[in-house]
Formats: sequence, structure tokens, C-alpha cells
Amino acid sequence: MATLNPRNEEGLFYILTAIGGLVSAVGIGAALYMEHTGHVVTGMNNQIVWGLPHVFAIFLIVTASGVLNVASMGSVFSRKLYKPRAPLSGLLALAMISGGLAVIMLDLGRADRLMVAATHFNPTSVFGWNVILYPVFYGIVAVYLWTMMEQRMNPYTKVAGFATFIWRIVLTTGTGSIFAFLVARQAYGSALLAPMFIIMSFSWGLAVFLVVQSTMYAWNGMSLPPLVLQRMKNLLATFISAVLYFTIVLHLVNAYFAKNMAFEYFLLFDSEFASLFWIGQVLIGTLLPLALLFYPATATRALWVNVAALLAILGAFFQLYVFIIGGQAFPLDIFPGYDITSSFMDGMVDHYSASLPEVLLAFGGLGIAFTMTTIGVRILHFLPQDDLAELEAAASATD
Amino acid sequence: MTAPQTPDRNPRRAFIAAAGAGVAGLGFTAIAPGLHLMAVGEANAATEARKAGTAASPAVRWGLLIDAGKCAPGCSKCIDACHNENGVSEKLPDPRQNSQWIRKIELVDRRNGRKTELPMMCQHCANPPCVDVCPTGASMKRADGIVLVDRHTCIGCRYCMMACPYKARSFVHAPLTQQNPEVPRGQGCVESCTLCVHRVDKGQQPACVESCPEGAMIFGDLNDTNSAIAKRIASVPTTQVRSDLRLNQGVRYQGI
Repeated sequence: MATLNPRNEEGLFYILTAIGGLVSAVGIGAALYMEHTGHVVTGMNNQIVWGLPHVFAIFLIVTASGVLNVASMGSVFSRKLYKPRAPLSGLLALAMISGGLAVIMLDLGRADRLMVAATHFNPTSVFGWNVILYPVFYGIVAVYLWTMMEQRMNPYTKVAGFATFIWRIVLTTGTGSIFAFLVARQAYGSALLAPMFIIMSFSWGLAVFLVVQSTMYAWNGMSLPPLVLQRMKNLLATFISAVLYFTIVLHLVNAYFAKNMAFEYFLLFDSEFASLFWIGQVLIGTLLPLALLFYPATATRALWVNVAALLAILGAFFQLYVFIIGGQAFPLDIFPGYDITSSFMDGMVDHYSASLPEVLLAFGGLGIAFTMTTIGVRILHFLPQDDLAELEAAASATD
Repeated sequence: MTAPQTPDRNPRRAFIAAAGAGVAGLGFTAIAPGLHLMAVGEANAATEARKAGTAASPAVRWGLLIDAGKCAPGCSKCIDACHNENGVSEKLPDPRQNSQWIRKIELVDRRNGRKTELPMMCQHCANPPCVDVCPTGASMKRADGIVLVDRHTCIGCRYCMMACPYKARSFVHAPLTQQNPEVPRGQGCVESCTLCVHRVDKGQQPACVESCPEGAMIFGDLNDTNSAIAKRIASVPTTQVRSDLRLNQGVRYQGI
């Protein structure tokens, strides 16, 4: 594989940083425009109150905690293969949660009242819990990275890694609980959502890690050791399957309840979300990647494993879109047993299409995460360095 | 903590009783043995004003009783009165983005096709999900049961709109003009029916109640057994919408 010469490499770094910075800046500009004009310029309304920015933000926040799993497997579960990957994992976690939180905060009706959110706390609010969970997440991951990068602190890496692992589980429980603690809408209000969000984070986080890792290896003219590739692709396949399992259980249980049958029929068969679910989430995001990860001719090739990871990431967006937008598009069942109509869309299915400012803000979150990652990996030199002999010894010991 | 006042010593309740006695002379209309349709004047008698500087009393639970059987098809006087009173007048290109503090819902019973109309607004729950989920505590329930949004601490996250089972809340999608000084609203904040708290605190009725030509709405203190609303609830079957959620709403319906 050709290696970039230092001058080209530096040029490419600046180009990527500039692109990431531009996407971020445009996203922030879009948010300022929304702040000035009001959300009238978005596709959101009084029925579908959370839109595309929330899909992207929740993807980034869920994936941020999931990407940390790679570090946890090294530090907490002492898997040698994952230890060299822990610093990159921590950096990605910080970059992605920054992008996600930026989008959530910039979409607020009163983004200028961020200090109000920081100084007024309602203990019964899951959002309120998250206001505490996120900053602590930053702190814990930062300390964890410090224990890995500073030799004197190395003895504390395992403790810091364990704390990080616990906190990331709590954090994703908090994200899933945003929807679990909703009595109003039929799509939500299930305790299953908290563990489901955790397994979603495992899958999406690993998929993102694989893609970033492969890009960094290619950048440096290296290829992933086959053993590493095999282990990580097997793990990804396991996580994707687990998400599929949770999806099936969630919909099966929901469909059994007579009060939810109409909603399930709407979501899975009789709406614009049906094709997004079956083609986007199930086919593109689940079955295709699983086929690529298990079919012998593709499973051993880094290219196809990365394609599978990218498809899983794409599927994540479909899944969150169906879950968040589809869940709001279906009318509230205010009067069970009655057909209802009103001037406020009662009893009617709502249709949402994201406007340009929303799309730009959503991609701005990705831009922030991308820019932070690009700068971080260059400054901090977080390219995973494998000791192949040690890896093979570990593999033969566990096989 | 202030101990709940007994009905005898509560001047507001005495006032209502006196007002009730005053209008009693106007007569009752017997509509069924043991059941009297009281004159609108008594049912909607003014309440006592809250003195400046005093806190809302937890002994009071303000509520509404809406008789869907009396709600005239096509009538929108309560909506007009509410939106006029509260300065809710914006007409955005996408009507789904307009605020609606109160709306008329038409119900058709799937079993027999029976049609009913009724006004729907914030139900002023005793256990409001919007208050539970609000990260800053901007969504709050006043001591007297009125659920409000503090416009100074609402950050516009819309989580309360996700949580409300009645779709009672609106988000202000655009800059506002021509506001009623007594009802400050704000772009980027969530809002809903305040039960005309600014009027109630002055001893007046909510605008929707006052405007209803059919006398379909009764406002009063649910805790006061002598109040018209409490008496009516004690004498006829009433419904709390989505009572399965056990939110214990302050707004009750009759005739659905």
C-alpha cells in the first residue's frame, strides 16, 4: 500500500480539517439562523417536536458511549487486542459526544439559556439526569485518557477504565430512558429501551471505530492484522445481531397489545416509515452487514468488513429516524375507541420533511466530531500499535 | 406549612356560598329527579382574588368541568376568547406550527357513530408528566393545581411536549408581536393553557368559561365541597380523559 509522503500528508490533514471546520461552521450558522427566525424555518411542528437534528444528536451521543467499549474491553476485561486501541476509543468518544451535545443544545428554542439548564436542576427529569451525566462523562474519559498517556498514571488505568465502563452504561441508560419515561406516546414508554440503547451503542460504536481505525491505517500505509480484523468483525456481527433481537422483541411485544396494534401496523406496514424500517434498518443496516461479516469471501477482507460497518452506521440513522420521527408522526390516542379530528391535527398522521437549516445543523454535529477526531489523532498520535507476537500468543491462549 | 382551612372559615368559600345563595333566587331548573341544572350565573360565580404578595394556597385545587353534551357543534367562542385573552394570534404558513392553547375536538364513537364535540386544553394534572420531564423545572404546578410554564427558565427543549398525553402544549415557532402584557409569551418557549391564572388571581373566571354561551364549562375549587363544580362532580358521572394514566386531571368532562 502506498504511503503518503509527509508533505502530502500534512496537506491532506489541513484539507480534512478545513472541510470538517467548514461543515461545523455552516451547522452553527444554521443554528444561529434558526435562533433568529424561530423554528418556523424547520420542518418541526407542534406534533413532530423533535426532528432530524435529534436523530443525528442521539446517534452521536449513543455512539460516543459505544465507541468507548473498545477501551473497556482492553482495560476492564484485559483483552490485549483492544488495549492499544483504548486511546483512540477515548478520543472518539469525546469527539462524538461533543458533536451530539452541540446539536442538541443549538436546536433548543432558547439556546442562549444554556446557563439556565446548568443551574436549574429537576431531579425527576431524565433530561435533568443527562445534564449531569454528560459533563461527568467528559471528566471520566479525560482522566482515563490521562492515565493511559501519562506513564506515572498507568497503574490507575484499570480503575479509570472500570469507572468509564460503568459511567458509559449509566449514560446510555439515561439516553434510552429519555424515551422510556414517556407515558404519552405509543412508540415509547418501554423499559426495554434502556438496554436496547446500550446494545445499539455497542454496535454503532464499534462500527464507527472500525471505519476510523481503517482510515487511519490506510493513511499510514498499514493494514489491519488479520487476527485483529477477524476478532473485531465477529464482535460487530454479534452486536448487530443483538440489536436485531431487541428490535424484534420490542415490536412483537408492542404488537401483542391491542391498544398498540394500530401503531405497529402503521409503523411497519402502512406509512412512509415502513420502507425505511424494512429496507433501511433491516436490510441495509442489519441483514446486508451480517451477510458481509459472515460470508467467507467477504468476511476476511478489510474492505468488506468496513463496508459492513458503514452499512451498520447507515442503518443506525434509519433506525433512529423511524423510532424518533415515526413515533411522533402517529397521532396520540387521547380518546381510545373514538375517531377524533380537530384543527390541531388530532387523529391525523403527521408528515415531516427536514428543512435545509435542520439538515445543516445535523451535519454540523458530524462535522464537529470529525474535526475533533482529525485534529486529535494527529496531535496525540493515537494510531493503534499492535505487538503481533503478543497478540498471537494471547490468541492461542484463548482459542 | 399552612393547614388547610375548614370550609366555614374560608372567606373565599363563604363568598362563593353567598354568591350561590344570591343567584339561587334566580331559580333551579330540574332536569331529573334529584338533579338540578343550576343557572350559569351561579356555576360561574367569580372567585376571590388572591392578595398581592400571598402565595397560592395548597388548600385550593382549581379545576374545570366541561359538559360535552352542551358544547355546541361548530361553536368556537371559547377558543376565540382564550386566544384573544392570551394574545395568541399568530398565523404561520404551516398551521401545524401555530400555538393552540385550546381547541375543539370532534369525537366519533367507533361502535355507534355517536358524535360529540368538546374543548381540549391543558388538563392541569395533579401528577403532570410535563413537570416530571422538564430539565430546568420551568414546567411547574402551582400550589393551587394550575400547571404553568416559567417563561424565564424554559429552554425550549420540547421534552414536555413529548410527555403530554393531551397534546396540550405548543412551541412558539416565530417572533411574537402584540402580546397581552398580562400574559407574556416568548419565541422558543413552550406554552399552554394557564387556566387564565392572571384572571383567576384577580377573582375572575377563565376567559373560555366566561365566553361559553351554553354554560358548558364550570370553573371552581375542586377541594371545596360547597363549590358548584364539586357539587356537580358529586352528582353526575364525569370523566378524566385517559384516566388509565392516573394523572388525576383538574379538568373533568361530562357527557362523553
